[in-house]
Amino acid sequence: MTAIEINGLKKLYGGKYEALKGVDLSVAQGDFFALLGPNGAGKSTLIGILASLVMKTAGTVKIMGVDIDLDSARAKSHLGLVPQEFNLNIFEPPIQILINQAGYYGIPVSIAKKRAEKYLTQLGIMEKAETPTRMLSGGMKRRLMIARALIHEPQILILDEPTAGVDIELRKLIWNFLTELNESGTTIILTTHYLEEAENLCRNIAIIDKGTIIANTEMKKLLAKLDQQTYVADLAKPAKKAPQLKNFTVSRIDDYTLEIPVGRKQPISTLFAEFAKKKIAVKNIREKTNRLEQLFLDLTGKVQA
Amino acid sequence: MIMTKTDFIGFWTILRKEYIRIVRIWSQTLLPPVMNVALYLLIFGAFMGKRIGMVGENTYASFIIPGLLLMSVITNSYGNVSTSFFSAKFQKNIEEILVSPIPDWLIVLGFTFGGIIRGGLVAFCVFCVILVAPGIQLKLQNPALAILVLFLTAGFFSLAGLMNSMFAKKFDDISFIPTFVLTPLTYLGGIFYPLSSLPEFWQKVSAINPILHIVNALRYAFLGSSDLPYWYALTFLVVGNIVLYYSCLKYLKRGLGIRN
Repeated sequence: MTAIEINGLKKLYGGKYEALKGVDLSVAQGDFFALLGPNGAGKSTLIGILASLVMKTAGTVKIMGVDIDLDSARAKSHLGLVPQEFNLNIFEPPIQILINQAGYYGIPVSIAKKRAEKYLTQLGIMEKAETPTRMLSGGMKRRLMIARALIHEPQILILDEPTAGVDIELRKLIWNFLTELNESGTTIILTTHYLEEAENLCRNIAIIDKGTIIANTEMKKLLAKLDQQTYVADLAKPAKKAPQLKNFTVSRIDDYTLEIPVGRKQPISTLFAEFAKKKIAVKNIREKTNRLEQLFLDLTGKVQA
Repeated sequence: MIMTKTDFIGFWTILRKEYIRIVRIWSQTLLPPVMNVALYLLIFGAFMGKRIGMVGENTYASFIIPGLLLMSVITNSYGNVSTSFFSAKFQKNIEEILVSPIPDWLIVLGFTFGGIIRGGLVAFCVFCVILVAPGIQLKLQNPALAILVLFLTAGFFSLAGLMNSMFAKKFDDISFIPTFVLTPLTYLGGIFYPLSSLPEFWQKVSAINPILHIVNALRYAFLGSSDLPYWYALTFLVVGNIVLYYSCLKYLKRGLGIRN
């Protein structure tokens, strides 16, 4: 069954600016789906329409087979949203926010309280349950928004930049939590600027740019399209000019740093062999960008920083 | 407009949330109107009352009590909804409700009844102050009419507050109407003087002020007599509630200020 089915979705702001230009997209039930795109590509507009926060100009949207125009209430009940911006009532404590949110979905207080405690515990903020939200850190607020989106146990969870501004340890906690949630059957749609996050978590991916879907495929297939990967080598001794390595085009960034694009079919060991042959001592070698980032930049035509 | 069990819990949640907010910040929501009325009673009842004399068959304090009660209900029901809804809009936590399955008509009713709860709590507190105030002879001839007028007034001004907050883009926008529209209309609405004390021309001008009619309706319920027939006010309030309710619903469905 399809969790989300979008056909010919258009959105015009102010009758002029076309944020979405006839988007067609479907997300299978149980998928972990990445929706990527540069700033202003239309991701948040698309998510806003799914969550009934943005009114569409044209097209159809079905959530778990329910058309949002025909039965909005039922469609909404299948969906949980973690927005990009903090939108919590800063005067209420987390437990109250969660009980209220459950109430909006018709869940009685007795059940809501148990669920709220469960999610606050799983996300590691149970000790802050009674603290006014304004006193929580950014990471705690992010986790609270995830708990709030899950309180009615939706079949689809949409997360718009869920790990923005959180440290690596907390990011990993959120990744593990989302992976377990997806394994238990929840369809997850993720937008993120951390492309490593999308590459590690998601099975399928769509890339949106200027209101149009420019790629929609399996993550593995998309990554397979990558022709080359750029590596950065940190040198032990300074190099006054870029060394000549057989089958490689080397760029010198500074005295101690070189950049070397390596083709997908070229074994990385040949690069090491060339360094050894030229007696160049390399302290460290790393990927300049992760693979998805490279593809993303290629597809959206952005210049790599 | 059928209310399912899910809808009812959603509606009840909005009411509970509003009630908790009102009680949590009681020093901002309940105490000021009580203080105001206590001061009015002290000044116009104890200090000035005897010097002003009787208004018809009633003491001056008894004459102004219905108006003071009404003024508190108007200000607080309006202020509750405009502040609560605009704050939710400003902090974007209105999205919590918008993404949920609660139908738009219940969102309008939820916030409106939130305002009615505040108006009711304030009316109760003010009424208690009137009961214990020394030297005040309280008459309440028609309690059912008094409750009906207060309920419809709280509903009308709650809906007006909701409308105001839907259009508001900044906090200044929700203080403009209470300061520059409601306050003059209330003070010129016959709370402190009988209509007959005005020149004939100003009596006719005053008659277009709906608050004058509402004050007189409540005064009739309390004292058994007033300057104007009470059904004028009841008709205005019933029609006004219906018109404002459907207007708010229309703007909410359009997503005015809350949905792109």
